Amino acid sequence: MPFIEVARVTKSYTAANGAIRPVLRGVSLSVQRGEFVCIVGAMGSGKSTLLSILAGLTRPDAGRVVIDGEPVDRVRADAAFVFQNYSLLPWLTAQENVRLAIEAAAPTLARQEQAARARRALEQVGLGTAVNRRPSQLSGGMRQRVAIARAFATDPELLFLDEPFGALDALTRETLQQDLVRLCSSTERPVTAVMITNSVEEAILLADWIVPMLPGPPATLGAPIRIQLPRPRSVAQLAHDEEASEVRAHVIATLTATLCVRARGSSMASPQDAIAARRLAAEESR
Amino acid sequence: MRVKRFMHLLLPMVGVVLAVLAWWAASVMIPELPSPARTWQESKIYILQPLVKRGETDQGIALLAYYSLLRVAQGFLLGIMIGTPVGFLLGVSPLLCRMFDPLMQVMRPISPLAWLPLGLVLFQKSETAALFAIAVCSMWPTIINTMVGVRAIPQDYWNVAKVLRLSKTTTFLKIIVPATLPYMFTGYRLSLGIAWLVIVASEMLTGAPGVGGFLWQEYNSLIYAHILLAIITIGVIGFVLDRLMGLAEARLRAA
Ligand SMILES: Nc1ncnc2c1ncn2[C@@H]1O[C@H](COP(=O)(O)OP(=O)(O)OP(=O)(O)O)[C@@H](O)[C@H]1O
Ligand SMILES: [Mg+2]
Repeated sequence: MPFIEVARVTKSYTAANGAIRPVLRGVSLSVQRGEFVCIVGAMGSGKSTLLSILAGLTRPDAGRVVIDGEPVDRVRADAAFVFQNYSLLPWLTAQENVRLAIEAAAPTLARQEQAARARRALEQVGLGTAVNRRPSQLSGGMRQRVAIARAFATDPELLFLDEPFGALDALTRETLQQDLVRLCSSTERPVTAVMITNSVEEAILLADWIVPMLPGPPATLGAPIRIQLPRPRSVAQLAHDEEASEVRAHVIATLTATLCVRARGSSMASPQDAIAARRLAAEESR
Repeated sequence: MRVKRFMHLLLPMVGVVLAVLAWWAASVMIPELPSPARTWQESKIYILQPLVKRGETDQGIALLAYYSLLRVAQGFLLGIMIGTPVGFLLGVSPLLCRMFDPLMQVMRPISPLAWLPLGLVLFQKSETAALFAIAVCSMWPTIINTMVGVRAIPQDYWNVAKVLRLSKTTTFLKIIVPATLPYMFTGYRLSLGIAWLVIVASEMLTGAPGVGGFLWQEYNSLIYAHILLAIITIGVIGFVLDRLMGLAEARLRAA
């Protein structure tokens, strides 16, 4: 039985004016324990919505999400979430931000021990010297490191990441990707991760499976693509490795193919059609 | 930069001088209105001996201001002690908000002069009635701003609370309160302004010693210069209070 099982999930939002906006339709997905899955899709297609449904932050309209045999109806204790925008609390220092997560997970633990654990979690991501700084005093990359430290501080078995590196420059992005890989493999239990990204490169670097999200509305999921490149992988090695190039070509071809099929299915009028229509209308009015 | 700074000080001074000139001109035309010079002559004893107590209402201006400020402080504290939790409740619960919003809109514009007699009926004592009127009139901005502040908390923070599985208490202390604090302080500043407005009315009606009581007393004794003294004092203190709260607010936003 898969660790995460998503079956025919549908979700729409109702706008303020009462209009119903479908976001997801018939979304199904299975993830085995310990796998790293990347969902790749266009902006505004509903990726965050899907992830928050998986995490139990949002309820689907229809369909079900089962994790480890239990239907998801709220946030699981063994799950952690890294948000698209940093979502650190600006009035707390880096250490207090992380300690808050530990306090909530282990309320009986002595305050000092919670603080010590928070400090260790921050050291793990190279922020040992910035523990007492507030988010406003940290760079974007450092903030996201704090967010990652906060996610790993409670030893999660399940990790949800919503475009965690989307706002970072290429170099920072790469070090953080490696940090993420290291943290995922350094835990005792296998970490199962679902990550959203808009970068094929990042997906190939991290994922066991890449799942394309086809923009709607409503968005749907395409067939998963298996990535079997040996680990550890690095950006430099992926750039030169022949096998990696093949995989990349395959992934891009699959993504564009699925996207093209969709575009052809829709009824888009060509410029010629529009001109013809205008001429016809003009003749009729005469 | 220096010139700008200079103008920053100079222009308000020019404004004050112009106002005093207008006052003087008016006093020439209206014989009952004391001129600026006469006002100073007749009331300097209150200003130069601010802490001398000659009688129940015949006291130095600092003493009178102290009584009024004490009363305002009590009423204001009472108002925000009620207003803050109510604001949080209304902010957290859309149900309660819809239930009480119309009622609040109706009660908010009621004048302190209307609350005061009710306070006298309820508490029989003028001092308590004055506090009641100040508290009731001044709590609305605190309630409304706190409520708006809670509503304005970004969804991101609620999601953090859910994802970290924070308890209700922790969510309140670590997220709701800090996120609402700047709004709360804006509410406090507006509330204090209203409390100070109400003080004069309530002292006039209850005859309690203070700046407002003094004003009423001197009106009855037909000493118009002292009325002007009281008016200027009320304005200056109100201004200082607002500035102090503004400073506290600014520090909070910077932190
Ligand atoms: N709470 C909400 N209420 C109403 N509409 C929403 C809500 N959340 C998202 N939407 C809408 O649903 C659609 C999908 O949003 P979502 O954030 O899931 O997309 P996304 O793929 O994560 O976008 P991005 O690339 O910008 O992160 C968007 O059009 C958005 O406006
Ligand atoms: Mg998103």
